[in-house]
Amino acid sequence: MANIFAFAETRLGELRRAGLEAVTAARRVADETGGQVHAMLAGGPGIGAIAAKLAAHGADVVLVLEGDAYVHYNPEVLAATIAARLGSGYRAAFFAASAQGHDLVARTAAKLKMPYASDVTDFAFTGDSVTVQHPGYTNKIVQTLVLKTPTAIISLRAGAVLPAENAKTGVVEAITPAMDPATARVKVTATEAGNRGKLDLGEAPVIIAGGRGLKEAANFSLVEDCAAAFGNAAVGATRAVTDEGWRPHADQIGQTGRLVSPDLYVACGISGAIQHLAGMRTSKCIVAINKDKEAPIFKVADYGIIGDVLEILPVLTAAVKTAKASG
Amino acid sequence: MKIAVCIKRVPDMDVRFKIAPSGTAVDESGLKFDMSDFDGYAVEAAVQLTEKLGAGEVTVISLGADVVQETLRKALSIGAHNAVQLKHDAPISDGFAVASALAAEIQGGGYDLVMFGRMAVDTQNRSTGALCAELLGMPLISAISKLDIENGTVKARRELEGAFELVEAALPAVVTIDEGIARPRYPSLKGIMAAKKKPLATKPAQLPEQRLLLEKLELPAERAAGRIIGEGKDAVPELIRLLKEEAKVL
Ligand SMILES: Cc1cc2nc3c(=O)[nH]c(=O)nc-3n(C[C@H](O)[C@H](O)[C@H](O)COP(=O)(O)OP(=O)(O)OC[C@H]3O[C@@H](n4cnc5c(N)ncnc54)[C@H](O)[C@@H]3O)c2cc1C
Ligand SMILES: Nc1ncnc2c1ncn2[C@@H]1O[C@H](COP(=O)(O)O)[C@@H](O)[C@H]1O
Repeated sequence: MANIFAFAETRLGELRRAGLEAVTAARRVADETGGQVHAMLAGGPGIGAIAAKLAAHGADVVLVLEGDAYVHYNPEVLAATIAARLGSGYRAAFFAASAQGHDLVARTAAKLKMPYASDVTDFAFTGDSVTVQHPGYTNKIVQTLVLKTPTAIISLRAGAVLPAENAKTGVVEAITPAMDPATARVKVTATEAGNRGKLDLGEAPVIIAGGRGLKEAANFSLVEDCAAAFGNAAVGATRAVTDEGWRPHADQIGQTGRLVSPDLYVACGISGAIQHLAGMRTSKCIVAINKDKEAPIFKVADYGIIGDVLEILPVLTAAVKTAKASG
Repeated sequence: MKIAVCIKRVPDMDVRFKIAPSGTAVDESGLKFDMSDFDGYAVEAAVQLTEKLGAGEVTVISLGADVVQETLRKALSIGAHNAVQLKHDAPISDGFAVASALAAEIQGGGYDLVMFGRMAVDTQNRSTGALCAELLGMPLISAISKLDIENGTVKARRELEGAFELVEAALPAVVTIDEGIARPRYPSLKGIMAAKKKPLATKPAQLPEQRLLLEKLELPAERAAGRIIGEGKDAVPELIRLLKEEAKVL
């Protein structure tokens, strides 16, 4: 039985949720088609300690590339090493459709001269082909594609697979890179954690997003407070807000920002421009607070409150705290 | 400095799409088309680089049917110097095939810098630039929001989820462009007139066999109409109840 590969993404020594999602997906396929899950980890000294978590999520073997050369993301060495491995025959390989994953998976596929399925929300293995779903057209259209390659290379959209435990032995195997890291032409000279310790927009179950209706940068403290009250929330913004410099561009949600689909999206003082909706309309539950009852955001919101967000948000924050405290 | 920018013609996204009877294409009636957003940022960034250097040449390349000539002309009207259409009439779902055709054109063109959009807003694959870089054997820096070129080295900043990377690579290199670098200028009348005289070559696209095939397109389930639960802060308790009991997200 051919094995299934999963790349477990880490950053600054920490495993990312997307890494567990990839391992969980690989386990699911291995359980259906047979074969083992080989999960790969790369990072600075000590990264091998994460192997146990991958084993708990279904890795039979954990391939570890550890050393100073991998403290920062090292795409050329990783792609060369992964492509060399996959060339020896795997049925499938899972990656995260993340900023790092996007170029790692593409470089790997190109080295193997194969197409791959990008940013996949669902997949099914049947016989020789693999059918995947991939949203396009600013998430307004779902594409069903069939991948006819010996190894199905797939990058998974955040949240497409929920990490699940399914413990296997996770035999640790140190691997050697397929190229000398010193010869890499692309050098990551620094990784700056923007909001370390905080939940990322792609991973947070709840997003509290603010728009121009918040009036000024300082009022984003109300949004931060509300997110803190939820405890599992990240802060997002519209382009109007990032253009004003009230929030960094990394917080922008929409057609030219992040595409998110949390369980709960609270839109505060956001009009609901089509380019913004493109990034969040697939959220499971949408709440809108806007003083204009005609604002287009109300058309996609499950629940709307008309009124001044500066007045309503602190009350909402207090109510969420109370609700959380009472379980 | 020779720069190539790959641009894709895509429909305007501000509409309610319909699927064509074939089930594998978008109904194009009434749609407006333009350069994909990030490709526009890339063209502008490339033109600004040559303006800053006071030298250099920007070539825009688009793969598609003859309608892409309109998109190429638009890029010429905002400052690109010449254009190449890689002609192929049918839609292509295999991103590796697209990248192979683009790489075949770029290869041997003597480009110092090759630019792509971070993603095309229709396919949303985010793969073409990286696939091409590998096929061309060039270093790649993807999804960059800041770009400097000093002594033959690209220095860029790219955004990750909640973090940044500072990345360097020697030219020739491939970069894919995120928002934040440059907003495309509007074509001036002078630019539009000049674009008509700029060279636009058409060549057949060299495509390998496709192994990622489109089976169907579907519209996602519509969101049920929501409701306004009240006005002002007095509506908050009802919202909390609904989030707990109905939506079960609290
Ligand atoms: C090519 C392109 C790409 C784009 N990409 C994106 C993108 O990725 N993401 C994005 O968000 N936008 C994007 N935009 C911009 C988009 O078109 C809108 O301009 C933007 O989303 C508007 O942001 P906003 O809702 O914060 O501001 P506005 O549209 O100005 O809305 C502010 C809202 O706040 C309400 N309001 C004001 N005061 C209060 C108050 N006291 N209490 C409650 N409500 C109040 C108003 O009624 C209004 O509805 C893009 C545009 C283009 C052309
Ligand atoms: N048909 C095409 N012609 C020219 N460039 C393209 C084409 N398709 C994709 N690209 C380039 O590749 C980028 C990423 O596209 P994608 O990988 O499909 O998201 C686009 O922003 C363009 O720069």
